[in-house]
Amino acid sequence: MTGTDSRDDILARVRAGLAHDPALVDTRRRAALDYLSARAQNSRPRLAGDLTQRFCQRALAMSSTLDRVASLAQVPAAVARYLTANGLPLKGVCWTCHAALDWAAAGLHVEARAAGHDDLVGITGAFCAIAETGTLMLLSGAETAATTSLLPETHIAIVPASRIVAGMEDGFALLRAEHGELPHAVNFVSGPSRTGDIELTLVLGAHGPYRVHLLIVADE
Amino acid sequence: MRQQSMFFSARVDEKLADVRLQANLRKVKDNFVHVFAAAKHDYNQEADFEALRDAGAAIRKRVLDNLDIWLELFEQNATARGASVLWARNGREVCEHVVNIARQHGVSKAVKSKSMLSEEADLNAALSAAGIQAVETDLGEYILQIAGNEAPSHIIAPAMHKNLDEVADLFAKTHHTPRKTGIPELAREAREVLREHFTSAQMGITGGNFLIAESGSVALVTNEGNARLATTLPRVHVVITGIEKIVPTLEDLATLLRLLTRSATGQSISNYVSVLGGTRERADPEGPQHRMFILVDNARSGLLGSDMQPMLHCIRCAACMNHCPVYHSIGGHAYGWVYPGPMGSILTPMLTGLENALELPQASTLCNQCGDVCPVRIPLPELLRMLREKQTARGLRPFRERALLKAWAWLAERPGCYALATRFARRYLAWLAGGRDRIDHLAVVPGWSKGRDFPAPQVRTFRDLYASQQRTHCRGS
Repeated sequence: MTGTDSRDDILARVRAGLAHDPALVDTRRRAALDYLSARAQNSRPRLAGDLTQRFCQRALAMSSTLDRVASLAQVPAAVARYLTANGLPLKGVCWTCHAALDWAAAGLHVEARAAGHDDLVGITGAFCAIAETGTLMLLSGAETAATTSLLPETHIAIVPASRIVAGMEDGFALLRAEHGELPHAVNFVSGPSRTGDIELTLVLGAHGPYRVHLLIVADE
Repeated sequence: MRQQSMFFSARVDEKLADVRLQANLRKVKDNFVHVFAAAKHDYNQEADFEALRDAGAAIRKRVLDNLDIWLELFEQNATARGASVLWARNGREVCEHVVNIARQHGVSKAVKSKSMLSEEADLNAALSAAGIQAVETDLGEYILQIAGNEAPSHIIAPAMHKNLDEVADLFAKTHHTPRKTGIPELAREAREVLREHFTSAQMGITGGNFLIAESGSVALVTNEGNARLATTLPRVHVVITGIEKIVPTLEDLATLLRLLTRSATGQSISNYVSVLGGTRERADPEGPQHRMFILVDNARSGLLGSDMQPMLHCIRCAACMNHCPVYHSIGGHAYGWVYPGPMGSILTPMLTGLENALELPQASTLCNQCGDVCPVRIPLPELLRMLREKQTARGLRPFRERALLKAWAWLAERPGCYALATRFARRYLAWLAGGRDRIDHLAVVPGWSKGRDFPAPQVRTFRDLYASQQRTHCRGS
């Protein structure tokens, strides 16, 4: 019989090993809760200079490609430019929050829905972006399907420059401030998927996208 | 996985003679050691890697010192978000839980993202016995699975003992496709074959790099994206992980991720880091409807409060084996269980019994390369030395060694006999050397002298020299 027996047994073994005074259990619990609410930050890099520039430099190092646009309205044209230049199909899917962009005017056929296995291009936004490592922070949700950045061979992400933060800690702080709770999936994405499992030789394109293209939007 | 560490010595000879393995092992240095040094150097331009290691070690110690409290907090926060938390004392209970969950949810196929604990529990065999297909989706693990369920030889590059030719043959044979010879073509073939499995599986099984107490979630780190697929598409997600994997806050997670990816692959971050908890909401277009955490003890609690507790700091980055001269020479299979290298030489005896892994604590030169690179400052050589002490205390060393040490102890307590014996030994060794400065073969320790020479003795013993100097000194004054 597993279940509660195992739970109680494991916790009893843990307590026996640690050998704390049983009378102190409430004090220890309070200390743990205090630690959680303090959310203290540990030693971390202090980034000097412009965060957007730093984000771009690190994103390139993670094999993402980049383009800068002045406003959100210019995104469809930039997407069309990238797809044409790389000989990729001019059709794909985007997050429902970007359904209103004028994709057709740029010659694109873009459907606002979650991606399926046959979709070759997925267009997403980002909750925020992390300058330290050139990383996108994506939240699951009704309008922000996780499959869009995962199933298609090409992932294009719209990144407002105003949403670039220094480190992962700042991303989490933003998440707590704006959403309170975490959604079921918080995904950090840094460039195309890759594997080094055959002869320790790195190749791009494992289970996720082969290409990640970032559009930095100056103001939104 | 069946523990076969007792065959260590026999396997060492086999591995040293394996030309293909030796060629693959030579790549470890270039691919792990140099990139780690570069990543550390890069990090030090903006911060201090040593301070980061201190912070990492402090987080791990904080959790382990009050593990009961942190486990309860994790359980409370995970269940509050709609996940279930199950507990398993050992591998058998892990298998029972997973098979029960699969039956309850009508699962006929499960996709697996790398989990070392499922290797400890031999989960694939249990699933297969229950009629449930389990498909490994990490490319390395997949290669091993189609090669007839071979054991991993490295914790983050499990198929590094195989080369391109072997993989090309395996793929052609298993997938009934024309044989491909390029690594990108083979990776694409695996992507296509495994995508079918991701779509049809009803359950995703993953390990867990960290469990976050604050949010009741699991953090998964991959470069391939297989963990993302396995936790996004199937309707059930099962996390199997050790009770020691908890970190308190998301801030602590950020710190440990900086350490983990640099120490593992020299990356400032892995391509994908997912923080997953709770279940999908009604409006969500995807995500699992059921998420279960299986928290596994499997002898870990026995290390708490003991001098071996620091081993539970381990975040499974593989830096210790990547920097170990013994691992570089023999690879991972010789160690005979799930975990190779220095961390394996400690974990295997601690989790499966010291008497079942007699040679592993000896499989180290104690050079401290592993201790120097461990991101959470586990004193690995010190722990190996303590295991050696435990072996001696429990009479688990070979008869020959114990007899020699007993004889030496007897002599050392009797100065007269000791002097006589060393004088005799000096003559014997001088005779063996026959005028040369080295002795190639020592009959008393044949194994030891197989790989090294013994220096020829000096003309006089230390005692003789000391005594004669004392005499000169006395005459002089």
